[in-house]
Amino acid sequence: MTINRRHFLGTSAAAAAALAAPMVKADGHGKPRVVVVGGGAGGATAARYIAKDSKGEIDVTLIEPSRMYYTCFFSNLYLGGFKEIEDIGHSYGTLASGGVNVVHDWAIGVDRDAKTVSLAGGATIAYDKLILSPGIDFVEGAVEGWDISSQNAMPHAYKAGSQSELLKAQLMAMPEGGTFAMVAPPNPYRCPPGPYERVSMVAHFLKNNNPTAKIIVADPKPKFSKMALFQEGWADNYEGMVDWIGADFGGDSVSVDQNAMTVTIDGEVNNVDVCNVIPAMKAGRIAELAGVTDGHWAPVNAIDMSTKADPDVYVLGDSSQQGDMPKSGFSANSQAKVCANAVRGALTGSKVFPAKFSNTCWSLIDTDNGVKVGATYEATDEKIAKVDGFISATGESAELRKATYEESEGWYTGITTDMFG
Amino acid sequence: MIKNFVTLLPVALFALCAAGALEAEELGDTDAGQKVFKKCTGCHQVGSGAVDKIGPHLNGVFGSGAAEHEGYRYSKSMARAGADGLIWTAETLDAYLENPRALVSKTRMNFRGLKKAEDRANVLAYLRTFSDDPSDIPEAEPTAIAIDHDLDPAILALEGDPEYGEYLASECLTCHQSDGTADGIPSITLWEPEDFVIAMHAYKRKLRPHPVMQMLAGRLNDEEIAALAAYFKTLEE
Ligand SMILES: Cc1cc2nc3c(=O)[nH]c(=O)nc-3n(C[C@H](O)[C@H](O)[C@H](O)COP(=O)(O)OP(=O)(O)OC[C@H]3O[C@@H](n4cnc5c(N)ncnc54)[C@H](O)[C@@H]3O)c2cc1C
Repeated sequence: MTINRRHFLGTSAAAAAALAAPMVKADGHGKPRVVVVGGGAGGATAARYIAKDSKGEIDVTLIEPSRMYYTCFFSNLYLGGFKEIEDIGHSYGTLASGGVNVVHDWAIGVDRDAKTVSLAGGATIAYDKLILSPGIDFVEGAVEGWDISSQNAMPHAYKAGSQSELLKAQLMAMPEGGTFAMVAPPNPYRCPPGPYERVSMVAHFLKNNNPTAKIIVADPKPKFSKMALFQEGWADNYEGMVDWIGADFGGDSVSVDQNAMTVTIDGEVNNVDVCNVIPAMKAGRIAELAGVTDGHWAPVNAIDMSTKADPDVYVLGDSSQQGDMPKSGFSANSQAKVCANAVRGALTGSKVFPAKFSNTCWSLIDTDNGVKVGATYEATDEKIAKVDGFISATGESAELRKATYEESEGWYTGITTDMFG
Repeated sequence: MIKNFVTLLPVALFALCAAGALEAEELGDTDAGQKVFKKCTGCHQVGSGAVDKIGPHLNGVFGSGAAEHEGYRYSKSMARAGADGLIWTAETLDAYLENPRALVSKTRMNFRGLKKAEDRANVLAYLRTFSDDPSDIPEAEPTAIAIDHDLDPAILALEGDPEYGEYLASECLTCHQSDGTADGIPSITLWEPEDFVIAMHAYKRKLRPHPVMQMLAGRLNDEEIAALAAYFKTLEE
């Protein structure tokens, strides 16, 4: 086992202890204990891999309030009518039978000195290593006129489940020729192509059900992920339906009024029928409560996803600030495996292999018209750094686009099996 | 932008023509190739009146996409290679003839491959005469002389570390399923280690199309590919 120099300098007491006894073998409490907070793309994967690979040597507890996890990935396809809500729901039964102790509760606090996590239900759980993968929360006051209580009138649908169902119901109830508005988020946010895949899926639904309806997108960014691919797709498949207003055209100056159902863009008031507000994002609140965030996100070391603040607390996925990887389910899953390998090594002395990360994000533009973007990454001293990448091209053949969509369906089955067993 | 493109175009075309003509000459000997082709005639026809038999006829194969020829029922593997953008050029045909499975894992072409580079160059020169001549069509895929794609036997002989393979495999399992289920994404379990290694190196050399696989294989070294092959083999037991 190697001692990480940064940790040594950062927390000399812990490092001195680690030098004396390199493995955090359970001091007087039986097996080493890992607590994972958040059973999503990062947390479920980490819990599953640690339990599976340590073959009972490590006690793994997963804390997650929901009994069903609805994936954000493919939730846009649900809006478009390509998937049912049941298709994107997953329960924790298999994880539990795979040796993970699943506790359905909220984590409400972390005591890093005592090394305990407190739960809303009143329990306190001790850990040797704590992994936080709580996804995202929204920055207060990010969109004028919107706060979290507005989500019932103007849903974000950026956490999947009931929010996705609400947005779909509103879409279906739109009057003929009505207007669907989206307020897109500023960088960085989860799933860079997500808002634009959503525009495509809403357009697909409207083309078939309400063809004179319109979509307006107010965007605080001057450009976005896979922009050329989406704009080509909108022009080819949904001609005249989508009006994207970027920062250069006032898309960065927006307010909403949920009672009047208006969106004001650069001073111009628009009456709308549905308003999907996706505000600016930050790390899930528990990361902040644990004191491992700096600004909106939790800075981590690229080699193992341990936080800069505490070598025994790791942050995965959307909440982490790691460098070049986009905030995606694929990234969270990839980071979880690197972290699981490192945590297991630290606790049981198993071999730790070099960190390798990768990501691919597929998006659906219209029926059988899929595109993708991806990259590989490595751990450097400063960050997770991009090595190599690719993106689908404009003007690709229909067969390739169809194969890409079919591939995304294979990926969905693959990653959800990899997360939940 | 547009202006640059217009001025550049004639130069680019000229370069392509020149390369095409030069390399076409460097393919093998057509007469010798006709003899080599006897090994193929059990399944394939070529020339005027050629029709599909056990294998598709081979008129016009240069420059066409894999599995593109209509009316012939290709294997799923070949169809996938076609959708991924595999184009039959002298280089890809050469690699395919050398070891069909290296390029298309589950091809129906039940043929061990032509191991001698000279035989391949000759048979390709012969087949070339039944495809449009690239020196007449500048935008055609350029032909190239046969090069050795065969893996160094030392690479094939590498003993992989299955424990390292298990860790590396976790990256594969985001998309490929370990129980071998294949929908949209092919199965990679229960492969012979040798086939696995050959296929991964074909991605690494960008002979097999598919951007994700070229990228992922591209950063794996020889030992890492051997480790993966060793691990996936163990899933059988
Ligand atoms: C519309 C949309 C489309 C997307 N499409 C794709 C795609 O195609 N491909 C892709 O790779 N990614 C996609 N993503 C992104 C992907 O969903 C996220 O990046 C991914 O889920 C991040 O994983 P995570 O583990 O960080 O968080 P999550 O998966 O969100 O998991 C967080 C979990 O933590 C739990 N939690 C939060 N706080 C607490 C607490 N205090 N105590 C206990 N539990 C808590 C939550 O209940 C949740 O289950 C998409 C996202 C959206 C919104």
